[in-house]
Amino acid sequence: MKYAWRNDAFAKVTGRARYADDIKMPGLCHAVPVYADAVHARLLRIDPEAAGKSPGVLGVFTAADIPGTVKFGQIIRDCPTLAGDKIRCHGDVIALVVAETRAQAMVAGDLVKCEIEDLPALTDPEQALAPDAILIHAELGTNLVNEHSVRRGDVSAGETASEYIIAAEVTTSRIEHSYLEPEAAVALVRPDGVVEIHGSMQHPFSTRRFVASTLGLPLAQVEVTGTPMGGGFGGKDDTAALVCARAALCAWLLKRPVKITYTREWSMRESYKRHPYRMRYRMGLDAEGRIRFVYVDMLADGGAYCSVSPWVTWRSTVQCCGAYEVPNVHCDVRAVYTNNVFCGAMRGFGSPQVNFAIEQLIEIAGQKAGLDEITIRRRNMLQQDSVTVTGQQLSGHTVSLRQVMDRVLAEIDYVNKRQNCSFGDPEAEEWYGIGFAISYRGMSLGAEGTDFNSAIISIQPDGSVILETGIHENGQGSESAMILLAAEHLGIDKNRIVYRRSSTSTIPDGGTTVASRGTLMGGGAVVDACHIIQDKIGAIIRRKLAVDPAHLLFREGFIYDEASARRLCSFNEAIGWCYQMQEYPYAFGVFKAPQVSWDEHTGQGNAYFTWVYGCQAVELKVVPKTGQVVLLNMVAAHDIGNAVNPAMLSGQFYGGMAMGTGYALFEEFRHQDGKGISSNFHNYRIPRATDLPPMTAIIVENPDPLSPSGAKGIGEPTNELMAPAIANALYRATGKRYLKQPIQPDRRGAFPQRPKENLSTPELGDGSLPESDSTDRIKED
Amino acid sequence: MAETVTINRHNYQITDAIMERQLLDWLREDLDLTGTKNGCNIGVCGACTILVDGAPRRACKLLLKDVTGKDVITIEGLTPADGSLHPVQQAFVDAGAIQCGFCTPGMVLTAYALLKKCPQPTPADIRQAIKGNLCRCTGYQQIIDAVMLAADRMTKQKR
Repeated sequence: MKYAWRNDAFAKVTGRARYADDIKMPGLCHAVPVYADAVHARLLRIDPEAAGKSPGVLGVFTAADIPGTVKFGQIIRDCPTLAGDKIRCHGDVIALVVAETRAQAMVAGDLVKCEIEDLPALTDPEQALAPDAILIHAELGTNLVNEHSVRRGDVSAGETASEYIIAAEVTTSRIEHSYLEPEAAVALVRPDGVVEIHGSMQHPFSTRRFVASTLGLPLAQVEVTGTPMGGGFGGKDDTAALVCARAALCAWLLKRPVKITYTREWSMRESYKRHPYRMRYRMGLDAEGRIRFVYVDMLADGGAYCSVSPWVTWRSTVQCCGAYEVPNVHCDVRAVYTNNVFCGAMRGFGSPQVNFAIEQLIEIAGQKAGLDEITIRRRNMLQQDSVTVTGQQLSGHTVSLRQVMDRVLAEIDYVNKRQNCSFGDPEAEEWYGIGFAISYRGMSLGAEGTDFNSAIISIQPDGSVILETGIHENGQGSESAMILLAAEHLGIDKNRIVYRRSSTSTIPDGGTTVASRGTLMGGGAVVDACHIIQDKIGAIIRRKLAVDPAHLLFREGFIYDEASARRLCSFNEAIGWCYQMQEYPYAFGVFKAPQVSWDEHTGQGNAYFTWVYGCQAVELKVVPKTGQVVLLNMVAAHDIGNAVNPAMLSGQFYGGMAMGTGYALFEEFRHQDGKGISSNFHNYRIPRATDLPPMTAIIVENPDPLSPSGAKGIGEPTNELMAPAIANALYRATGKRYLKQPIQPDRRGAFPQRPKENLSTPELGDGSLPESDSTDRIKED
Repeated sequence: MAETVTINRHNYQITDAIMERQLLDWLREDLDLTGTKNGCNIGVCGACTILVDGAPRRACKLLLKDVTGKDVITIEGLTPADGSLHPVQQAFVDAGAIQCGFCTPGMVLTAYALLKKCPQPTPADIRQAIKGNLCRCTGYQQIIDAVMLAADRMTKQKR
């Protein structure tokens, strides 16, 4: 067994790692948020008097105390740090109470009173789009957050060319990230006037923008440093940044260090969720089972604030047809303001919803055309040089969809095991099912925005190395991946490299650690920095030794002439010479993402510079009497390009599959009239160890020529296709399709039962076209 | 009248004034034993798991008066004085069982208690034992691998 390695393992396993709430300092006081029990209301007056007189209270602050701008946002500046004149959702914070102790602040928080005038609450996105609907943000003039579309080919021609047409409405739920560590932040004003933030947030630079805007300060006067983070999954951006901005506001006004630590209840009430989608699909196949067209209309509930809805929904359009070639596409998506808790980034980012739909529809359509679930996919899947629905040709990297699918099907023994599927057999005591799903995923930000990152390598006189990058450690092991890449390219032991947790003041803004871009973008910058160091060292060696090797090889602490394999010096000697000869062995490396393009009017363009391909499969059984689902086995394969840290990479596989399982079977943030019912882990269930089966991770490596390290991303690909794989397995167990997520099989055993003679699915084919046309096709709308 | 509680082999006097304090809050705020985490504060997530007389308990559900006269071990107390790792901790490191680390202290202590009681557990035994400790990062796979590895190493050590 090859043992795992990560640089922070010792600190975490001994309990010594200091998370945001673990920070203590002299004079630290504590702030708590105050909410109003309203979903949509005019906020007429806040009465802080009783709270202000409560023991230990140092201040009660409202929007009126904000010195900078009340509202901020990454795309639309619609989100108030503290609600001023209006409450737009149940999670809106109307005041902050600061006291000497957290207990005192909690007591006083309950004493803040407010006067409100309720407004009609819009909790249904369709209703929010009605012409006479009340406006949630009057200044925007509409409840529509954004719309995107993809137009390719001619959908009506595709419809004419289709022999089989299916239509379906698929819905998905609002789910909670459920990072184990709730939001927390410590803010202080330094003697030099800089506001310093230590917080549990995924995105120090976006947090800095929130804080600077709230306080009306230049970016350089705010320094944000991440702390070890107890999970994020896309969820520690806007809300976590708001918590930091509120701590900063209190510290700024009181000139004392302030900590805010969220309870789980506050976190669930206020933090943004995964967007629920309503998707209406029509898909047509020709006589050979080739997809001729896809028509889809999607509606996403964005909740009260924009957050990153435009980016999330954009990815949904680009990936609206899954990993298939479709010549004629008409796709529209709209995100809508409602008075529900707002929705934003979550691992997957607009793809889990569309994959849940398309990976079931492809099987339904295939069945109509008499093609099994493997054949229909092989016939339509994207291949090398295929053109995507946005007109992008998949070249310049290995399109490995067929490879990952074949690996998974072989590993799980799919072809043999599918014979055992029950399809709701009325005589069976247990129903067995097996299913899988495939996906492709655009890497990093794509045409969402500017995409580049940097790394700093500073080699000390003794040969030890300090490394930092613009990527944030969210718990995924990014620091370890960066260290391993630097060790490999400098040819030194990983233990000689210390990762310095960067702050927004020590490294340039490299964007946010999202979109599975950490290893790809940060790793690319590390490789560039290593190349700069190698060039510097090379020049020094040439001067010092009067040799002129064409290429140097850095390996195991020594430097060689690559051609002759002659050892020239040790790494440490070379570093010593650098300092003697006034050359700092220091580098600032950058990786700029290759060019992408997008035309918003046509919905066409080269959306992402590279793609990851994946397949996941599951075996399960269902107990007909109770509807209980028991998972037996899961297998995943993803083409990661280059596996930098295989144990941590596998951990991403397992964690993604587990999260996808929760999405499939039970996760739903329940709410009534805009008020959350789910409030903590007793009424929001995430998978436990006993809910999950053994899992197998198959790492496929086709190094990506456009990635300096060869690596691509993995965080999100693993979490976007287990739900449809489970849905497909449940179909083969129960004989029923589930187009509503989460899937809650009827516990009273009321599955529709098919007569036994209809239980079998089509015979397996090999993906090639049939030799003769079959007859008896039914065209159906 | 003060009573005594033993935390990581040190005795602390508990006065009447603090008998009603939550153990979790007291450990974190007064003793600065911040390895015990607060994830839900209602006894569901297991991040605050500690050992009371060797059995895993939720520090968020206990008051100081519940542990007087008892022996409490937190994650900080599991590490030997020489700074090395306990075999359960080392196995978590080696098996890649650690991601964000927030569940790790509670998970390690639950695993430690399991192996005391059941030195050679099956994967199913481990799933049962850790089902009260939530983890959102790992899918539990490498945590189970870690406990199996620890069991294997500790059994060999004893021989």
